[in-house]
Amino acid sequence: MPELLEVKDLKTQFFTRDGVVRAVDGVSFQLAAGETLGIVGESGCGKSVTALSLMRLIPMPPGKIVEGSIVFDGQDVLKMDDDDVRSIRGNNIAMIFQDPMTSLNPVLTISRQISEALELHLKMDKAEAKKRTIELLELVNIPSAKKRADDYPHQFSGGMRQRVMIAMALSCNPKLILADEPTTALDVTIQAQVLDLLKNLAREFRTAFILITHDLGVVAGMTQRIHVMYGGQIVEKADTGELFANPKMPYTWGLLRSIPRLDESRKAKLVPIEGLPPDLIAPPPGCRFEPRCQYRREICSTTPPELKHIPNSKPDHEARCWGTQEGGWLVNTDWRQDIGSVKELEAIKMDVADLPPEVKRAEAAADTPPGAPGKDTRNGN
Amino acid sequence: MATEFIQRSRSTARFDSGKNLLDVKALKMHFPLTQGIVFQRQVGAVRAVDGIDFFVEKGETLGLVGESGCGKSTTGRAILQLYKPTSGEVKFDGVELTKLGGEQMRKMRRRMQMIFQDPYASLNPRMTVGNIIGEPLEVHKLAAGKAKTERVQELLKIVGLNPYFTNRYPHEFSGGQRQRIGVARALAVEPEFIVADEPISALDVSIQAQVINLLEELQDKFKLTYLFIAHDLSVVRHISDRVAVMYLGKIVELADRVDLYEHPLHPYSQALLSAVPIPDPIVEVKRKRIILTGDVPSPVNPPTGCRFHTRCWKAQEICAEVDPEFIEHAPRHWAACHFPGA
Repeated sequence: MPELLEVKDLKTQFFTRDGVVRAVDGVSFQLAAGETLGIVGESGCGKSVTALSLMRLIPMPPGKIVEGSIVFDGQDVLKMDDDDVRSIRGNNIAMIFQDPMTSLNPVLTISRQISEALELHLKMDKAEAKKRTIELLELVNIPSAKKRADDYPHQFSGGMRQRVMIAMALSCNPKLILADEPTTALDVTIQAQVLDLLKNLAREFRTAFILITHDLGVVAGMTQRIHVMYGGQIVEKADTGELFANPKMPYTWGLLRSIPRLDESRKAKLVPIEGLPPDLIAPPPGCRFEPRCQYRREICSTTPPELKHIPNSKPDHEARCWGTQEGGWLVNTDWRQDIGSVKELEAIKMDVADLPPEVKRAEAAADTPPGAPGKDTRNGN
Repeated sequence: MATEFIQRSRSTARFDSGKNLLDVKALKMHFPLTQGIVFQRQVGAVRAVDGIDFFVEKGETLGLVGESGCGKSTTGRAILQLYKPTSGEVKFDGVELTKLGGEQMRKMRRRMQMIFQDPYASLNPRMTVGNIIGEPLEVHKLAAGKAKTERVQELLKIVGLNPYFTNRYPHEFSGGQRQRIGVARALAVEPEFIVADEPISALDVSIQAQVINLLEELQDKFKLTYLFIAHDLSVVRHISDRVAVMYLGKIVELADRVDLYEHPLHPYSQALLSAVPIPDPIVEVKRKRIILTGDVPSPVNPPTGCRFHTRCWKAQEICAEVDPEFIEHAPRHWAACHFPGA
């Protein structure tokens, strides 16, 4: 199958006063037409910046896509001029954002906002666009769509606004929908409604979608493949069943162990990932997860591992870990039983007690001895 | 199955006290809606909490779940008298809190503390960590001078922070660390009861477990009683002994953890549980989901009868007319529904 989207070695950086933030640091992946992909990670891991880069929506400055290529449907998005990119946004790639209130224009009616894209991209006239808008609103189950089309966003509830966003995203029959935490701001019963809708519509229209979320539960039932991101990089790629059944990266193990499950039979103690997420201005020199990994060895702190196929797993399963790769010391580890070295765990715990890296860096720059009493460089206004 | 639940003890949530640390009866918290500029007329009320009964036993964790706007946070605040309840009783260790005067209440507050949701908003950015944690010690005259400093350092250590950070400001810490500071502040006065209002929902997934474990450890160590308010049902299941489900200002179901999650009686609890995604694709494919239609109605004019009837798939005529009583359908399992069960 020809790839719809091919991202190669994408690097997006933000140039700030404190230094260069390597928000996305060498991300590569492909997506076939109609395929669904989940990108999972915590805040600051670069998942949203990846999505914004695909649409070239990174604010410049301070942001910049410094390297890589994004080939969508045979064209390199990064080499297009602004007009061409605009014709792709909304038309071929649509985006659904986390917060439906801030992503809808509060002073325009719902129908005005949806028909705008129809008139622009599909060259419909006003009446036609209006008719299509109402159809779209019906499609996403807005009750009495005809009447509600002329309402303003504030007259809609959160779940309905998100459904309006979905209607808007679908309006031009895009080939790809990027959904960035589409349900995070919603309540759980509304989340179920919206996810259900998104899944059914994507299937019906054969739209490929990338679902970006921090919630492993959400992607479990929604996507065919999952990429796990950590510290600006993809650390594990696998299809959904494989990732949950046979994860091969200590970070993924940590995620799975640290979230309580609704169907857990007994009160098991959670095993948190100790320590703090990495500072992307000065990321760890070796594996980015090394400072928080209970399974770490010497090599992890010095040499960054590559994203490679993993033994004892499906052919398209890749992970970025020295331990689970060919010849590593974690090849046969059962992550459910063995939670790694207790000694390392205690060492990592100290990390939480300590200051976050960005504060330390700022202090090193200001040349203040850390923790020096009395001397305070902040102006206490 | 259903017949088992017929044996209803009519005593509406008549909880026997004694070992109860907290008894809440018919608690109502209405916020007035006013109109007019000079002369404000009351035109209605937001019935945030509208008559709830429950109790919390010594040493247990009661989880309070519900969607946003259901009144769970208001309940927590009304218990601590941070809001003056419209009516109802709140008994803490036998003392009726709603009738206490300012000074007496201040004394009671030493025994009950709160942990807030947003660790960015709940710590004063202009105070050092030492002052933040030390302030309750001063207010309640528990320690001063050197003893205070030592106590603050001890508290920092208890919550897993470096004790020498007393001169630091909140902005120098990460979200998870700030939440630890909030926990240390709550612990400073050695309370018996802590209301934790969504203490982890502002934190990252990998940090959430750290804070949950910390709260559990502290509970064991200091024999704390928690009212744990959250919207995340998996977390509530993990941490709670018993769970209360709220919908639109009412508790619709209250039961032991396992009982509630395995045999929910109220249709709303059933829908809520089925909506939670489980991180396991094999389970997800097989699960049957109850998708509720529509949104939560406004608490300004809630539906008549059972408040859930507008979204309930089991609703019949009676549901729109008669508000179901909160009844003990099985031992220690209360629900307010005309047609409870599967």
